[in-house]
Amino acid sequence: MIPAPFSYYRALSVDEALDLAAEHGEEAKFLAGGHSLLPLMKLRLALPEVVIDIGRLADLSHIRDAGDHITLGALTRHHDLEHSGLLARELPLLACAAGQVGDPQIRHRGTIGGSLAHADPASDLPAVVLALDATLVARGPSGTREIAAADFFGGLFETALEPDELLTEIRVPKPAAPRWSFQKFTKRAIDWAIVGVAVQGDAVALVNMGETPLRAAAVERALADGAAPRAAAALAAEGTRASADINATRDYREHLARVLVARGLQEAHARA
Amino acid sequence: MKVEITVNGGQLATDVEDRMLLVHYVRDVAGLTATNVGCDTSSCGACTVLLDGESVKSCTLLAVQADGHDVTTVEGLASADGQLHPVQQAFREQHGLQCGFCTPGMVMAIVSLLRENPHPTEEQVRSGLEGNLCRCTGYHNIVRAALAAAGPAHPRGQDEDRPGGGVAP
Ligand SMILES: Cc1cc2nc3c(=O)[nH]c(=O)nc-3n(C[C@H](O)[C@H](O)[C@H](O)COP(=O)(O)OP(=O)(O)OC[C@H]3O[C@@H](n4cnc5c(N)ncnc54)[C@H](O)[C@@H]3O)c2cc1C
Ligand code: FES
Ligand code: FES
Repeated sequence: MIPAPFSYYRALSVDEALDLAAEHGEEAKFLAGGHSLLPLMKLRLALPEVVIDIGRLADLSHIRDAGDHITLGALTRHHDLEHSGLLARELPLLACAAGQVGDPQIRHRGTIGGSLAHADPASDLPAVVLALDATLVARGPSGTREIAAADFFGGLFETALEPDELLTEIRVPKPAAPRWSFQKFTKRAIDWAIVGVAVQGDAVALVNMGETPLRAAAVERALADGAAPRAAAALAAEGTRASADINATRDYREHLARVLVARGLQEAHARA
Repeated sequence: MKVEITVNGGQLATDVEDRMLLVHYVRDVAGLTATNVGCDTSSCGACTVLLDGESVKSCTLLAVQADGHDVTTVEGLASADGQLHPVQQAFREQHGLQCGFCTPGMVMAIVSLLRENPHPTEEQVRSGLEGNLCRCTGYHNIVRAALAAAGPAHPRGQDEDRPGGGVAP
């Protein structure tokens, strides 16, 4: 399978990437690691006329301690998140989840920015940044803006980004509570989660339980009201809109959400 | 677009179509046909090569993305006098292949894995090969080959100052 013809441009700076995006508008797509975009282009489900390669923007690949939060460049690869000593200390939830994305080859190419911008509800990192209350930083023709993770995911493969906006940075507050867990249920090793759960403190986010990553609001409310973890986990499917597909019915996904939230809360508590 | 890619140590400058995949560049432009196309959907790992020393699936990369970089295929592992790379030698000794279709990708995935983790546990080898499928061997001998190539683990801590130690590609 070979992608349909397109024109390839390589951006060597953020400004150049933004200029190219402004010039080519809706016809253009940014290419980061290419591990979501290229498979779609090979299947001809994506047919961009222009591809703007941002993969060489080295200044967008970094993991930094900024005092009360950690900043991550959008081009930071899953592999770098997985092996970062700083993240192992400060954001182990993110390091752990990144290490479960696909397989080593995919993690050598795929980036956190690409994963968030692609906004596949079955992907792991969107739910993780949602649980961590991250802020996403985007740059466009009219400057820089900050978008809360809770406002970023609009629908299936839809985000708050405009086509000419580049996601540049992710800012993650250092969690107050050290309790965390990442639960991913798959049938085969490299698959996307049938259902996944990210727990940080009393925040609980769900992978693949709707058109976007979701916070398990009913679970969080119950925990805040003093419910025991097991009783809170029983509410995990409330307010979700899981789809049915070849891997699972909606009922089965709801069951998995309850079981995985219970396991996640239990593991998180064991880490306290 | 004109690309310059170093393939197995030799530099190659060619005009390629923007949409050409790296695996087709390796097979059809560089003429190195050991790297296979299996699933063509980044699942099976048969097309695994090293890009700047790290394993990647060449069916999911454009040749233009590798412009200016180093690509290593299984043909580039043995030394000039024909001496096999330790991972290749271990595949031979441990019977790490049957039909051989997955082998070039498996070998490259293991070379990359041992670079990052020179003395992995069996569990680390198994999860490190999660992106490579084999329909024949049942994996046991492939895992044995990876562990044999790594050699016995050094006492704890000894490897810390030697990133990339162990197997040198
Ligand atoms: C076989 C396979 C298994 C996988 N398994 C998993 C899994 O288990 N869990 C998981 O979470 N993911 C999985 N993935 C997806 C993987 O994580 C991708 O790497 C990731 O989703 C996309 O990142 P990328 O850098 O490759 O983005 P690309 O493919 O380059 O881009 C994806 C989209 O985002 C846009 N984009 C990229 N970067 C930016 C930016 N900085 N600003 C604005 N827009 C941008 C692009 O235009 C494109 O539309 C898998 C992929 C494959 C091929
Ligand atoms: S052919 Fe590339 S992963 Fe299967
Ligand atoms: S040896 Fe036949 S597929 Fe692995």
